[in-house]
Amino acid sequence: MTRGFDRYFAVGVTALAMLVPLTLTGIALLIFIDAWPSLTHFGLSYFTTTVWDPVHFIFGAAAYLYGTIVTTLVAVVIATPIALGASIYLTEFAPRRIRGPVSYVIELLAYIPSIVYGLWAIFVMVPIMRANIEPALQGSLGRLPLVGQLFSGTPVGLDLLSGGVVLAIMILPILTAISREVLLAVPPTQREAMIGLGATRWEAVSRAVLPYARPGIIGGVVLGVARAFGETMAVTMVVGNSSRDITGSLFVPGYTMASAIANQFVEADSELYFSAIVEVALMLLFVALVVNTIARYLIRRSIADRPAGAVV
Amino acid sequence: MATQAATLAGAIPARHRIIARRRIAERVIVGLLALATLASIAILVTILSYVIIQGIPAINLEFFTQRPKPFGEVGGGVQPALVGTLVLAAVAGAIAIPVGIAAAIFVVEYRSGRFATPVRFAAELIAGLPSIVVGVFVWAFLVRGLIGHFAALAGAVALAVIMVPIVARTVEEVLKLVPNSLREAALALGAPRWKVILRIVVPTARAGIITASVLALARAAGETAPLLLTALGNDFFSTDLLRPIGALPLQIYRYAISPYDDWHTKAWGTSLVLVLVIGIVALLLRVVARERVR
Amino acid sequence: MSITMRDTKTTERSADQAATQPAAEATAKGTAVRVEHLDAWYGTHHAISGVTLDFPAGTVTAVIGPSGCGKSTLVRCLNRMHEVTPGARARGGVFIGDVDVYSPYADPVEVRSMVGMVFQKPNPFPMMSVYDNVIAGPRLRGWKMKRREADDLVERNLRRAALWDEVKDKLHRSGGALSGGQQQRLCIARALATDPSVLLMDEPCSALDPIATYKIEELLRELSSEVTIVIVTHNMQQASRVSEHTAFMLAGDDSVGRLVEFGRTDGVFTNPKDKRTEAYITGRFG
Repeated sequence: MTRGFDRYFAVGVTALAMLVPLTLTGIALLIFIDAWPSLTHFGLSYFTTTVWDPVHFIFGAAAYLYGTIVTTLVAVVIATPIALGASIYLTEFAPRRIRGPVSYVIELLAYIPSIVYGLWAIFVMVPIMRANIEPALQGSLGRLPLVGQLFSGTPVGLDLLSGGVVLAIMILPILTAISREVLLAVPPTQREAMIGLGATRWEAVSRAVLPYARPGIIGGVVLGVARAFGETMAVTMVVGNSSRDITGSLFVPGYTMASAIANQFVEADSELYFSAIVEVALMLLFVALVVNTIARYLIRRSIADRPAGAVV
Repeated sequence: MATQAATLAGAIPARHRIIARRRIAERVIVGLLALATLASIAILVTILSYVIIQGIPAINLEFFTQRPKPFGEVGGGVQPALVGTLVLAAVAGAIAIPVGIAAAIFVVEYRSGRFATPVRFAAELIAGLPSIVVGVFVWAFLVRGLIGHFAALAGAVALAVIMVPIVARTVEEVLKLVPNSLREAALALGAPRWKVILRIVVPTARAGIITASVLALARAAGETAPLLLTALGNDFFSTDLLRPIGALPLQIYRYAISPYDDWHTKAWGTSLVLVLVIGIVALLLRVVARERVR
Repeated sequence: MSITMRDTKTTERSADQAATQPAAEATAKGTAVRVEHLDAWYGTHHAISGVTLDFPAGTVTAVIGPSGCGKSTLVRCLNRMHEVTPGARARGGVFIGDVDVYSPYADPVEVRSMVGMVFQKPNPFPMMSVYDNVIAGPRLRGWKMKRREADDLVERNLRRAALWDEVKDKLHRSGGALSGGQQQRLCIARALATDPSVLLMDEPCSALDPIATYKIEELLRELSSEVTIVIVTHNMQQASRVSEHTAFMLAGDDSVGRLVEFGRTDGVFTNPKDKRTEAYITGRFG
């Protein structure tokens, strides 16, 4: 009766496989349903007010949104040049023998659990930020008009800037890995054409290879943004989790959406309170879905035409 | 028409100056690029160094065999957390690995168009979810719902949800590498579909499947956020799936945010253990993978 | 200006002597590129050895031979593209005008801007417009031009490449949006824009259809009066159609490529001096 068993097998495999879309649907549904009371009760004001008052039942997640956006922006601004620089060096200029090993080492960073990053950040990085880096920034960039506002106030260490820096360190490996893939997928004939015209190696890279790779690299950055958005533990430990004021400075403590959930989830004592927190999760869910889809689309298009056998 | 009569002896000075400038610019830029690479490596080295140097003082036999002492008391260890991590990993793996492999088999072997894409698409989306969101879901579904309280099982399910996309994606790649001629030969010999898959395709891809599983487990072992909302943590030795359970990452978090220096040291020590476990596993993987390839 | 045919009536010469005919074959315009005892390697593989020949100015010279004979290698040594491949190196004399291309003082970047190159597979820059593609070379060299001058340069070179009429309304479309034949002519225009004295073409038509090939062969005729052209081709009919001189290369039993014969195209094809040339031309191998 192997024919019959074939049927059972197929059904079994299908059933197990279907758990995946089922789970995704379950996640979206449950979170949406639990967030519904808050959604309907606060509507749009939820996104615009920073008041978060469990006693008076007023909840606004603007501060969390703001903190997430600021820390993510800081992370991207810091990590992208470094990741791009390293990936360009490792695909175009580094001595061939070290390319593989060094890339591997950098990608090892991705295997360190986020809690360990958080630990290092809170005990090692934050004191240095508070005592050295932030005052230095205040003394230098803090004097410039407009930009200076970012570095105003007393440096506290446990602030948005530290959150951003730790995020930058965490998205570095994935940005580097994707940029490398994308750069390797650029047809060598592009570089060759530039060199044939009389370009130096760097000029060939900057004028022919990088523009060609741009969509994929942007995809990598978007993926990095997605990672930064959802990162919880490392950021929770250094971002402060105390102030909900939106000032223009990076030297103030704040929240990110993920850290807000981590901190307050078990403390929610009323249905509205709980629902308000779940609405934060709903926001995270929605943004993660959208951003990830865009990122993967951009990257897939770039890597699809990689010439077979392209080696570092 | 400018001629190309640029002899080196009588080179038009302007042209040489331009090229020299371009050369210098190139050198400067490549230097910066190398610096960026160095910075990336330096970060890794710095973090690992701190973990090792700060963590070693905490490591002793007691660390591995005792449970945490109450607030303020010196001594104690992370045994419950260690056991917890192992239990969670085992249960999560038992759930996620079969489901992940099944999903990969479904997508690759039963390419029945309509359903294959939703499965892969859903896996990718779940992979992109923040782990805390997964924690919220499992909390609502199990902790509040089916089980009624914080429990190890809930933690394991949360970890499984995170692991499935990783397993599925990697196994899919590996299954695709199995040459079609193998499948066709088996089918031509009269083997039924399920035998072709289970007895021929999967064994051929065995090394990759092991790699995928181990990678996913390593990732799960390091997760903290979802466990905060599901397994909760436990300072006592427990293997009961229906009670809260500890885990190494949770222990690190608890120790780290405490006000006691001794506990801070223990946090480093636990981190060292965690990183070592993941590191050894990853290294073993590479060795095993290389052996198989031969 | 006319080259006498008396050489073809002399008795058999050795292959080496045939290769040192330059003085007799040079046109009145002189020699564009002089090659002396050129050797090239890819890692440990010795690709070409002892190549000596003069490419006459203002004409089209074809380099033919079976696969692996080193014709592409030879041509890529002329603008120091050969060494771009990891592990590749060359040794010998290549002189473009008075410039010693392989002198230790020579900068490959400078050499490559004196010589234009068109590759086998058309490779316009897809992220740049047609206009920007053409002007990419001058931009590299930091030529400062007013808008007007730049426009003129683009038009002039697109005309030289017989592409102007087809793209004059599409100058700002992507370089990749053209057909294969148009892309290759764009690459020709791009290579010409830096005003090189020599244009190297490495099997430029092998990826194109016959009509596109025809169009390019036509424009070579016009072009050769201004620019010396060296074209590598595996298609003998093409060589006899477009070139005035032909160099035949062959790899010996040691897999090292050598120059076997060089002379006026009609001579090489109707009355080859070397038995090996004759064998190749009559299709006995390759």
